[in-house]
Amino acid sequence: MRPAAAIVVKDIVIEMRSKESLSSTTMFGVLVLVIFNFAFEPSSLERALIAPGTLWVAISFAAILGLNRSLAMEIDNDCLQGLLLAPLSRGDVYLGKVASNFTFMIIAELVILPVFVIFNNLKFNLQFLEIAAITCLATFAIASVGTILSTISANTRMKEVMLPVLQIPLTVPVVIAAVDATGRVLTGETKEISSWLYLLAGFSIVYLTVSYLVFEFAVEE
Amino acid sequence: MATLALESEDIRKTFGQFTALSGVTLAVQRGEFLTLFGRNGAGKTTFLKIAATLVRATHGKLRIEGIDIREEPERARRHIGFLSHNTYLYRDLSPIENLRFFGRLYGMPDSEERIRKILERVGLERRASEPTRAFSRGLHQRLGLARVMLHEPSVMLLDEPYTGLDANAVEMLNQMLDEAVAQGKTVLLTTHDLEQGLRAATRAAIIERGKIVFAGDAKDTGIREAYRQYVRMGVPR
Repeated sequence: MRPAAAIVVKDIVIEMRSKESLSSTTMFGVLVLVIFNFAFEPSSLERALIAPGTLWVAISFAAILGLNRSLAMEIDNDCLQGLLLAPLSRGDVYLGKVASNFTFMIIAELVILPVFVIFNNLKFNLQFLEIAAITCLATFAIASVGTILSTISANTRMKEVMLPVLQIPLTVPVVIAAVDATGRVLTGETKEISSWLYLLAGFSIVYLTVSYLVFEFAVEE
Repeated sequence: MATLALESEDIRKTFGQFTALSGVTLAVQRGEFLTLFGRNGAGKTTFLKIAATLVRATHGKLRIEGIDIREEPERARRHIGFLSHNTYLYRDLSPIENLRFFGRLYGMPDSEERIRKILERVGLERRASEPTRAFSRGLHQRLGLARVMLHEPSVMLLDEPYTGLDANAVEMLNQMLDEAVAQGKTVLLTTHDLEQGLRAATRAAIIERGKIVFAGDAKDTGIREAYRQYVRMGVPR
């Protein structure tokens, strides 16, 4: 089994036992959607414009919760050091944690997305699949940058506070692109959606590459 | 010339303004058991962490089994077993799950038999499937030792391994160290406990303010004199 896969399997086993990360991130994401659902009338015209924003507020903040939990798992008993003792490059460790964080975020989104569809009177059709594809792409970018930021914040005194402070500004371009692309899918104006998708793909590649290269310095004591 | 198990040349480490190591030069032969004594903050842990590739030295070279840890850290790590105050084990996993995970990281495809044997060796075979969250410090340290031994490293770096162990666990640790030495493994151990530290050691050294200030044969009375003088008055002459 490749090391990255071993890290994902290990994190899944721990999550199945502790049930701390997925339950809190999913619940948080759903609660955000519930609150926005009550805040805006279902019949209002602005709804199609507001709905993508509510989805991405729910996803990006739920991701921060999940990343914090993922980080806590590795800080407890200094387990990250145990990973770093293995005969792997620091980049491999990073890729393993990205794969794990991405998996957990996608699992949470498997609940959040259908709730979003139901609250916004959408249908589980091609439109839903398009939103799901955008979500996958943006989630990958968030997981890529979030993994290294959570590692950096682990070395600070206020880890839980530091992660959102670092992550939110850095993921703003991703969230903007995801909101716009989702909005275009909802309104059916998909003509210029490709530029937003390219932007999401570009950010994913840049975040992944840069983080892979600098992870070694992020884990340095 | 035979390859040394561990060879450090003028290793220095600074954390901002603080100098943790100010030039550690050490040569450890294969099969040697070297105990490093020193006060808190003397630089023992920093040196071991540099040797384990967890911390990068500010200056100097360090080779494990002839492999430069800066140039080929992954290859060097295959030869290293490092045990610290923390055992680096996941509390929500059982001993067998923890060792299986580390076995995968070390690329050990058929580790089940090895895991079973090593759990038996550290006396945890009956608790192999229990989450380690409820384990005492001593049981954690036993499992930590199992993790260290799992991939059969040739160089064992043990940072204060006796801390928090009961008499049984100390006895088991001593037996395992004796076996490791008998198998020709190299041990570098740090401790405050003179008797435990010298029990199986072939050589001993004292580190103070990031420098080796005394090194000698562990069986000579010189190290005991030097350590007592060091504890009483500071750096031995």
